[in-house]
Amino acid sequence: MPISPADVLKVARLAHLRLTESEAESFARQLGSILDYIRKLESLPQEPAQAGASPPPGGRLRDDEPRPSLPRDRALAAAPESEAGLFRVPPVI
Amino acid sequence: MSHAGAARGAGARPGLRALARAVRTGALSAEALCAERLEAAGTLGRRLGAINHLPADAALAAARAVDAAVRRGEDPGPLAGIPVALKDNLCTVDSPTTCSSKILGGYQPPYDATAIARLRAAGAVILAKTNMDEFAMGSSTENSAFEPCRNPWDPERVPGGSSGGSAALVASGIVPAALGSDTGGSVRQPASLCGIVGLLPTWGRVSRSGLVAFASSLDQIGTLTASTEDAALLLGVIAGADPLDDTSAPEPVPDYVSACGEPLSGLTFGVPEEYFGPGADGDVRAQVERAIEAVRAGGGRVVPVSLPHTEWAIATYYIVATAEASSNLARFDGVRYGPRAAGARDLESLYADTRGAGFGNEVRRRIMLGTYVLSAGYYDAFYLKAQRVRESLRADFLEAFRKVDLLLTPTAPTPAFRIGEKSADPLAMYLSDIFTATSNLANVPALSLPCGLSGTGLPIGLQVIGPPFGERRIFRAASAIESAVGFCAQPALRFESRLAAAAVS
Repeated sequence: MPISPADVLKVARLAHLRLTESEAESFARQLGSILDYIRKLESLPQEPAQAGASPPPGGRLRDDEPRPSLPRDRALAAAPESEAGLFRVPPVI
Repeated sequence: MSHAGAARGAGARPGLRALARAVRTGALSAEALCAERLEAAGTLGRRLGAINHLPADAALAAARAVDAAVRRGEDPGPLAGIPVALKDNLCTVDSPTTCSSKILGGYQPPYDATAIARLRAAGAVILAKTNMDEFAMGSSTENSAFEPCRNPWDPERVPGGSSGGSAALVASGIVPAALGSDTGGSVRQPASLCGIVGLLPTWGRVSRSGLVAFASSLDQIGTLTASTEDAALLLGVIAGADPLDDTSAPEPVPDYVSACGEPLSGLTFGVPEEYFGPGADGDVRAQVERAIEAVRAGGGRVVPVSLPHTEWAIATYYIVATAEASSNLARFDGVRYGPRAAGARDLESLYADTRGAGFGNEVRRRIMLGTYVLSAGYYDAFYLKAQRVRESLRADFLEAFRKVDLLLTPTAPTPAFRIGEKSADPLAMYLSDIFTATSNLANVPALSLPCGLSGTGLPIGLQVIGPPFGERRIFRAASAIESAVGFCAQPALRFESRLAAAAVS
């Protein structure tokens, strides 16, 4: 399935990845051949979902009671920039 | 000597039980053992490209604490003084955790992964953080921002991946045990290519709190050891429910070690025809078939079975895994951890610049593939279809386990390949996972053990797959197969410990 460098740049924008033009060209070739391969799923007839075959569900619920969490100073310790107990970032707007 | 130990041949390395016993009785100093292994890791380990970080001071302090406990007459635990290496995607409070990525360069986690806290509580000494494919994406440990890792059987070849550094350190005898993570084969395939035992436990069996997430419905922490018995001992320590991971399973943890030494007779093994087609190399097929003969000769019943959706497994895997990765890796954006791109004028460019420069090619490729298959217009054709096929694939396994106790297959389609051989062709690399990714998709446990050598003298792995929470049954069969096959070859590049040999002789 052909995928153009422009398509790659669009996906890269959605994924917040800066690419150069030449990177977009080589990713287009590689992603095209991978998409060709995964399209083999189309050769499989659509089957009904198998009851009980889903992976075990996670996310058991617990009581809504506060538990100790990571202290703020330790959560901020690895941040490239922080100020007054907050993560510092460039202007949002 | 234990049953499983007997399979290792003359001059073999002592197992975890024997080593820990020597430390607990005072016959072996944990500090001396740690110093000896730090030296080996700093020389041979670095030559193999297996080491990301060596927290020497913390390791020596932990070893001294074990010795002090022994002197006070206390029991430091079942892994007393055992040096353990960890894949560099497992969070440790006393050494960096980088996932071999520039985007986590120098990152120091604020806590230990639950599995690591359990290792320490059992007396283990964390010796090294090991090289890996960036964010566990790869099958060769070439996709590392540090350096490619090398196979101790032939340093011109890859150790497999993504837990290649952990596999190389265990295979070369520098550490007796290591942890990795397995999302599509990343513990079992490097174990196969390095001639050691690699275990993927059932999804949920081991807490993933503190494992950097790649694909959450597939990820599991696994063990790399010299023998099945060592894998059983290690799993017993790290397994079990954890309040910090709601996906960890409440099932009780049985005594795994006592399964090693139980007989093969009474067990029925299924051999899925789909795993013995043209995808598998001739030497691999021959050695695995020889091992299956040994199972039959040892009293196991062997019957053919079919897993009809196998052909679609890799396509399914690379949709599910990349979709989940594109979401999980969104958190690496230059705000909370790791370095940040300089000069960004707004938040949007901060994200794009940091991520564009911080992630390597394979990680960017997978994030884009995952973003693509989840995007409007393609979601139904790719992602939903893959979820359906995954359910059918899981149903294939559950159906097979109604007829047989365990499945036997090759672990990897080929022995270790040359560095650079597949790095320009991502799809060829993806097919390295063809026999392993199915267990992750089906959420079943599987173990790889060495069963022979190729014509070129490279190890070949046999995979034993079990039903959900069937680890004890896997250990029973694998330890008996280990004894029957008698694999005792050693890699060219290896460390010979004088201390360990003297202490347990």
